Amino acid sequence: MELIQQLVNGISLGSIYALIALGYTMVYGIVKLINFAHGDVFMVGSFVGFYAITVMDLSFIPALLLSMVTCAIFGVLIERIAYKPLRNATRIAALITAIGVSLLIENGLIYIRGAQPEAYPNNVLPMDKLDIFGVSISSQSILILSVSIILMIILQFVVHKTKIGKAMRAVSFDSEAAKLMGINVNNTISATFAIGSALAGAAGVIFGIYYIKIEPLMGVLPGLKAFVAAVLGGIGIIPGAMVGGLLLGVIEALVSAAGYSLWRDGVAFVVLILILIFLPQGLFGKNKREKV
Amino acid sequence: MTTLKNSKGFWLSIVLALIFFGIMQYTISNGILNPFYINTLMFIGINIMLATSLHLIIGITGQFSIGHAGFLAVGAYASAVMTMKLELPFIIAVLAGGVIAAVAGMVIGIPSLRLKGDYLAIATLGFGEIVRIVLLNIDYVGGASGMQVSHLTTWPWVFACVMITVLVIRNFTNSTHGRACISVREDETAADAMGINTTYYKVAAFVIGAFFAGIAGSLYAHNFYIIQPSNFGFLKSFDILIFVVLGGLGSLSGSVLAAILLTIVTTFLQDYPETRMIIYSLVLILMMIFRPQGLMGTREITSLFQHKKTKGGPKDGSHNTVA
Repeated sequence: MELIQQLVNGISLGSIYALIALGYTMVYGIVKLINFAHGDVFMVGSFVGFYAITVMDLSFIPALLLSMVTCAIFGVLIERIAYKPLRNATRIAALITAIGVSLLIENGLIYIRGAQPEAYPNNVLPMDKLDIFGVSISSQSILILSVSIILMIILQFVVHKTKIGKAMRAVSFDSEAAKLMGINVNNTISATFAIGSALAGAAGVIFGIYYIKIEPLMGVLPGLKAFVAAVLGGIGIIPGAMVGGLLLGVIEALVSAAGYSLWRDGVAFVVLILILIFLPQGLFGKNKREKV
Repeated sequence: MTTLKNSKGFWLSIVLALIFFGIMQYTISNGILNPFYINTLMFIGINIMLATSLHLIIGITGQFSIGHAGFLAVGAYASAVMTMKLELPFIIAVLAGGVIAAVAGMVIGIPSLRLKGDYLAIATLGFGEIVRIVLLNIDYVGGASGMQVSHLTTWPWVFACVMITVLVIRNFTNSTHGRACISVREDETAADAMGINTTYYKVAAFVIGAFFAGIAGSLYAHNFYIIQPSNFGFLKSFDILIFVVLGGLGSLSGSVLAAILLTIVTTFLQDYPETRMIIYSLVLILMMIFRPQGLMGTREITSLFQHKKTKGGPKDGSHNTVA
């Protein structure tokens, strides 16, 4: 029973990773950039949700929506200010800029409000325990899981059925050709950042409600792990990010269940290195040969 | 590049460095310099070693590694165990710190150097984090509360290690092997096609870089009274990365200058850590947007004093095509 309990926890955590990983994978698919600042957008989303609940007295869903909208705008701003001038620069330059943006957001927030952590109020969601076959599952984790699944379904719909989704797929396939076909590449990239950041914002609020404690540096580790999840599923592939996120959450839960909870953070990176060595294209990716 | 001119500048800089060493040693032993400045001086030396060793990996070989704090941590802990637990002399501890870090560099380098660019960056970042988490969980070295280390690092030690590091890396860069590393940086596929064993040179650069980072770690550990795993997080890696990027990817003297400059800035902003990080991050972003080649580009400081007439195309590495 302990094991199943841990699996449920793992899936809850994994759905948070999956939501963040979607943003990574979409941005990577379209501009080939590891957006290091993505974890910090997640953190900002968490804080926006916190202030929406405590200061503005909003309930869960409005706070979630407010956080998503704020993060979408924030993500677009980051893209326009920091990444757009580097569209044609080397990959390393873009990566260094992303690291710089990440450090700037973290320390900027510490500068504004201090480094002290905050605690999410625990009356946002009903706290019932459901007993299913002897496993007690909190209604919180069910609600969290369903929010994540609904957001992922909406994302699938946007990417596959709408005009902007078609444009995104076209740009990620070949941005030059997409431009020739009359697609506005800049707007499409902004839309990608907006959607990815909105998902990260939602993940931030969910994380805050589930784990209570939030702080300005909280985005770093989940951000890196979400990147691992994206690589695990095959970077640039949207279903891959979901599966990768859930899988990573479950792996971490199993490691904790086996009694090595202190090593939990290291396991994600071991998984990353193993995946990069043995299956660099990820679980869902196709092997691509480099052309000379 | 005539050997005579080159060697003249070479001996001149060694003499200047020795004179600088003498002055500093004199002021320290006569108590003119207060402990605060002595500590800053030591830090400058350690940071120069870290910057130049990472410069060899990123600037010369073009392998974007952001887990350098991992090698620093390996060296620091290995040497601290040598002096504090096994009670060996300091010189053996310093060497052991370097050698163990070099072995770690090889172990991590051989598998992960099959990766390129972003993936290598993330893998090395992951390696740095793994080292930190492993140290956090080993009770023998004190876990999260850290390990006590006696203060053994002195100015002559730091100076000697810095000199050796800079000389080895300079000579390595100018050797056949260094040229091979530069060719890997410029175009790995082409270098491979020309018969250069790219994996060999990438691993070699990694091992040498890790070795000197490990030695820097030994000095770092014995300059404090306590070392903790949290000293070696990715923020430390980013600090070292900023030295290399600011100085110019591919310029040894640039890395040295940036290490000196930023260590002094850091020392004076010690009471305002977030201000320091805001300045650092703005420097990184603005640098990448307006001057991605860094302060010095791939030039060395000596070339500022020479009037060279280049015929034909640009000199090697004068355009910014790192990785």
